[in-house]
Amino acid sequence: MDVNVILENIPLYIEGMWVTVQLVVLSLILGLALAVPLALVATSRRRFIAFWPRAYIYFFRGTPLLVQMFMIYHGTAQFDWLKDSALWVVFKEAYWCALIAFALNTAAYTGEMLRGAIAQTPFGEVEAARAYGMSRWTRFRRIILPSACRRALPSYGNEVIFMLHGSALAGVITIVDLFGAAKIVNARHFVPFESFMAAGFFYLCLTLLIVWIFRIAETHWHAYMRPREEEGEEKGSFPARSAPAYAAKGL
Amino acid sequence: MSASAEALVVEDLHKSFGSVEVLKGISLVAREHDVVSILGSSGSGKSTLLRCINLLEIPDAGNVYVHGELIRMTTTSGAARVPEDKRQVERMRSRLAMVFQQFNLWSHMTVLQNVIEAPMHVLKVPRAEAVERAESVLQRVDMYERKDYYPAHLSGGQQQRAAIARALAMEPAMMLFDEPTSALDPELVGEVLKVIRGLAEEGRTMLVVTHEMAFARDVSTKVMFLHEGQVEEDGVPAQVFDEPKSARFRQFLAGTLR
Repeated sequence: MDVNVILENIPLYIEGMWVTVQLVVLSLILGLALAVPLALVATSRRRFIAFWPRAYIYFFRGTPLLVQMFMIYHGTAQFDWLKDSALWVVFKEAYWCALIAFALNTAAYTGEMLRGAIAQTPFGEVEAARAYGMSRWTRFRRIILPSACRRALPSYGNEVIFMLHGSALAGVITIVDLFGAAKIVNARHFVPFESFMAAGFFYLCLTLLIVWIFRIAETHWHAYMRPREEEGEEKGSFPARSAPAYAAKGL
Repeated sequence: MSASAEALVVEDLHKSFGSVEVLKGISLVAREHDVVSILGSSGSGKSTLLRCINLLEIPDAGNVYVHGELIRMTTTSGAARVPEDKRQVERMRSRLAMVFQQFNLWSHMTVLQNVIEAPMHVLKVPRAEAVERAESVLQRVDMYERKDYYPAHLSGGQQQRAAIARALAMEPAMMLFDEPTSALDPELVGEVLKVIRGLAEEGRTMLVVTHEMAFARDVSTKVMFLHEGQVEEDGVPAQVFDEPKSARFRQFLAGTLR
């Protein structure tokens, strides 16, 4: 074990980690922004309308992220009309191609997650919203979406972790992210075990950070589905009702 | 009695689900300050009637007037009957506050958030005013101390009282109660009925679908008994309960007074 090589290259790893964090955060933001309308349209009762977001979701969930990224990075270079267009400033850069691939990919997964959560919205709550005069849009914005986001939170935490790990693919197309940094260290010093283990360590730290953030978010957003804390039962108060099944699973 | 205005007029309402005709032409007039109890065995169409009034179900035929204003319906190219103007329906619904059998509180919101939600986002009441209004109605139903609880952390009776507060916060022209005590444990029925009684005594206009005979008898100004989608008996409670004309209603009463 050659720890010195790693210590010498810590700045390179930190730089790579910064690129990884940027890529992941940006693709998550873009992905989420795309996922909400995707999920909304995918839950449409009109089949012809719901077909398009669903097809999108099937495509991106049905093919490997690496393939998607190669299609966007290597594939687009094949089209002269694209090379001649203003869009080429985006598509010639590995960084933007990776970002586009990641965002489109996570949008599909997040959209599917939200679609499922929206479909599970308790019918009575939506009906109450209608009965109080809320328009379709107000219902979606105020009742359905906040309720669905809360239900989707645990699985979204997983998606964020998958996205972090999937982002290592950026290192394959010349981007110096955390994985790219490890590749450089390995190429320079030929210590594959140490260099990739160091990258693994940094990925692990980021994962723990994500887990921690989601734990805090769940404490905050899931208060309504936790069994009630036993306070000193005052007179007239009623024993805590059984919480929904998913609360019992510790979600 | 004829002095007060007509809060709600329903004319010849029909509704079928598939081949089953649930409402076979129901008419009803509720004047301001009326408390109309709608009775009937299960499947008689009483909940459907209530849901057709605020268009949670679209009636196949018939008219609904709220304070003299006709809710305009139209027919699509596919021969479906739909409201002509969604905004009119939303405005009408915001004036007819509904209380559901299963409470239907928004589970991700606290009691207070539930109560200020529709005033803020439907009636566009500023937040401070909505909160003030909410606190006063929560005190009215004795739920102020629990305003920061989530629905899942409350008993059924407390949830239903919170739901009544949510309805009151709309300052509705009329309240629609859809079997408000049917989902409650027997020992919790009293606390909810007490609140509804109080509202009736205040002179609020309300339509109550209920199985509580004592409530219908003591509190209503008008009783309506539905059977198989038709009005089988109606009138003031004293007359309806003491001298029922219809054999079916007599049967129904005998069944409930066991």
